[in-house]
Amino acid sequence: MAHESTFKPGNSISKWFDDRLPIERMMHDQFGVFPMPRNLNYLWTFGGILTFFLVVQLLTGIVLAMHYVPHEGHAFDSVEHIMRDVNWGWLLRYMHANGASMFFLAAYIHIARGMYYGSYKAPREILWILGVLIFVVMMATAFMGYSLVWGQMSFWAVTVITNLFSSLDSIVSGLGTGIVEWIWGGFSVGNPTLNRLYSLHYLLPFVICGLVVLHIWALHIPGSNNPTGIDIKTKSDSIPFTPYYTVKDGFAMCVFVMLFAAFVFYAPNYLGHPDNYVEANPLATPPHIVPEWYFLPYYAILRAIPDKLFGVIAFAGSISILLFLPWLDTSKVRSSRYRPIYKWFFALFMIDVLVLGYLGAKPPEGLYLIVGRLATAYYFLHLLVVLPLLGWIEKPSAMPGSITDDVLGKKPAGAK
Amino acid sequence: MKMITSSFVKHAARIVSITLLGVTLGHSPAQSAGDLPEIKAQSWSFSGPFGTFDRGQLQRGFKVYKEVCSGCHGLRQLHFRNLGEAGGPEFGEAEVKALAAEVEVKDGPNEEGEMFERPGKPSDAFVSPFPNENAARAANNGANPPDLSLMAKARVGGPDYIYALMVGYKEPPEKMKVSEGMSYNDVFPGHQIAMAAPLSEESVEYSDGTKPTLDNHAKDVSAFLMWAAEPKLEERHKLGFRFMIYLLLLSGLLYLAKRRIWSRLKH
Repeated sequence: MAHESTFKPGNSISKWFDDRLPIERMMHDQFGVFPMPRNLNYLWTFGGILTFFLVVQLLTGIVLAMHYVPHEGHAFDSVEHIMRDVNWGWLLRYMHANGASMFFLAAYIHIARGMYYGSYKAPREILWILGVLIFVVMMATAFMGYSLVWGQMSFWAVTVITNLFSSLDSIVSGLGTGIVEWIWGGFSVGNPTLNRLYSLHYLLPFVICGLVVLHIWALHIPGSNNPTGIDIKTKSDSIPFTPYYTVKDGFAMCVFVMLFAAFVFYAPNYLGHPDNYVEANPLATPPHIVPEWYFLPYYAILRAIPDKLFGVIAFAGSISILLFLPWLDTSKVRSSRYRPIYKWFFALFMIDVLVLGYLGAKPPEGLYLIVGRLATAYYFLHLLVVLPLLGWIEKPSAMPGSITDDVLGKKPAGAK
Repeated sequence: MKMITSSFVKHAARIVSITLLGVTLGHSPAQSAGDLPEIKAQSWSFSGPFGTFDRGQLQRGFKVYKEVCSGCHGLRQLHFRNLGEAGGPEFGEAEVKALAAEVEVKDGPNEEGEMFERPGKPSDAFVSPFPNENAARAANNGANPPDLSLMAKARVGGPDYIYALMVGYKEPPEKMKVSEGMSYNDVFPGHQIAMAAPLSEESVEYSDGTKPTLDNHAKDVSAFLMWAAEPKLEERHKLGFRFMIYLLLLSGLLYLAKRRIWSRLKH
């Protein structure tokens, strides 16, 4: 919330800096006394968890890059060199690989929380859009990072995904193929491809950092949404960020890091695919090309459509459609707590995404394909039809008068 | 206070259930086509969060590799020095030197500009049996024996799969015709494998009193290959335990701090 600054420099040095570059003032106003709704539940701790994982990925990544060799003849062996001969290399690499999975898991929970509590609605549309953009860049970064291992799954995932652009051939003959060869830097996935993926994999995290700064900036204009979706009205509705949410976020982060550590130390390859421990071989296609788990729902959508071009459009559409969520949802009520019908559709949508994720790992044939098509249809039906219509049809249930009323358990006005 | 605790439990349960959903989603091993039997999980000394390798087993497994597998399969990611490192077979310094010296390593160029062969040193990598893939195929009826450095992580089932493959050689079913030079194997995709049964009873002599059965050979070499693929496993388990204890204590402290701080709020 753009509240008035309460910062008072404590000494002359602090005062000197404050007149020139008021960083201390910003920290004090935005992370010290920043007014937060007092009723946030643990689903609101994932913003902090995501920031933590961004830092983990950056730090481990920078050190891994000191030892990795981006060359088709050396990449795979250099990863093994890191695992075997670099001090703590195994830890860095397992943290980086599993850190990506945890990053996505936290992002999915963060996004689902935003959808359930209507955190994308006015005045938080830009905040939401920036979040979707972060998610898209995250996906690109993860995909490129996975390719660097230069295992069989890396190589063939790059081949399949870059080949998606060739679907443009059906619009302008030769256009798609031209783009694909431009991306590859040759006539197949090879050393030039690996080099540019490496360069971009190092660049994009800094783009994410920039977007995260904007995301937090956009968050601190209206302030955080909360489980009631009701704005902060009086002083008793809010509490300062520090110490209340610093300690709550810290606790949640610690618990989440335990899950991360369980993977890193006890099941570091559980989320990976065994084929990626086989060096890339352009002459041998794996029987099933499967992406990492966090891409599976979109992969299922891609394969559900029989036409290549429309499959790619559905694939890209399934993510970019989220940019328009603030306007697709016509309901004025933010929180699903007070939306008796939407609540169930939301649950159905979550199940739908999990089903798509399950199907993304299965071969697209028989019953899998039929269910995949139905699930894809519902994905779009939910966002394009159910959301706009429900806003008009649904009668919201009674809401508490304020955040304080909700916390103190006062019955909503008019409730029996 | 009670209310805070119960709502915490509710929220924690919610977070855990969401997390578990995500994790189940993640478990998606590729299903190999065909009617392959499920790979049975064996009991290994290294499985579980406190698992460690059995030194004797790794040393026996290395012997099996050296005397049987190494004729066709390389272990190019390994160096002789690894055999003496902590968490592995832990051969003594002299033994490692002797094992390295058994192989001829190409070195050079010398002062005259010539390449030359010399006995191996502990710092040398294992020497693969064939100089390139074509040579390997020419010597093996067209098949390329894969390098085994990462085999225990490169197949669904890992060491369980390697064990199952070693003991999976059988007479083919009546309906099936196995091609010339191929063998029938229960767990190999397609059931036809170019490698003839490599191990049988008493393939390798054991000096530590372990019975030289097929089962023991297969187990020992599978454990050895697990170590070869994951030489830092013991270090990982050890550090993980300490880190988990630390996180558990820190979480407890943070939770108490959180409750203490939040109790300041008026209700």
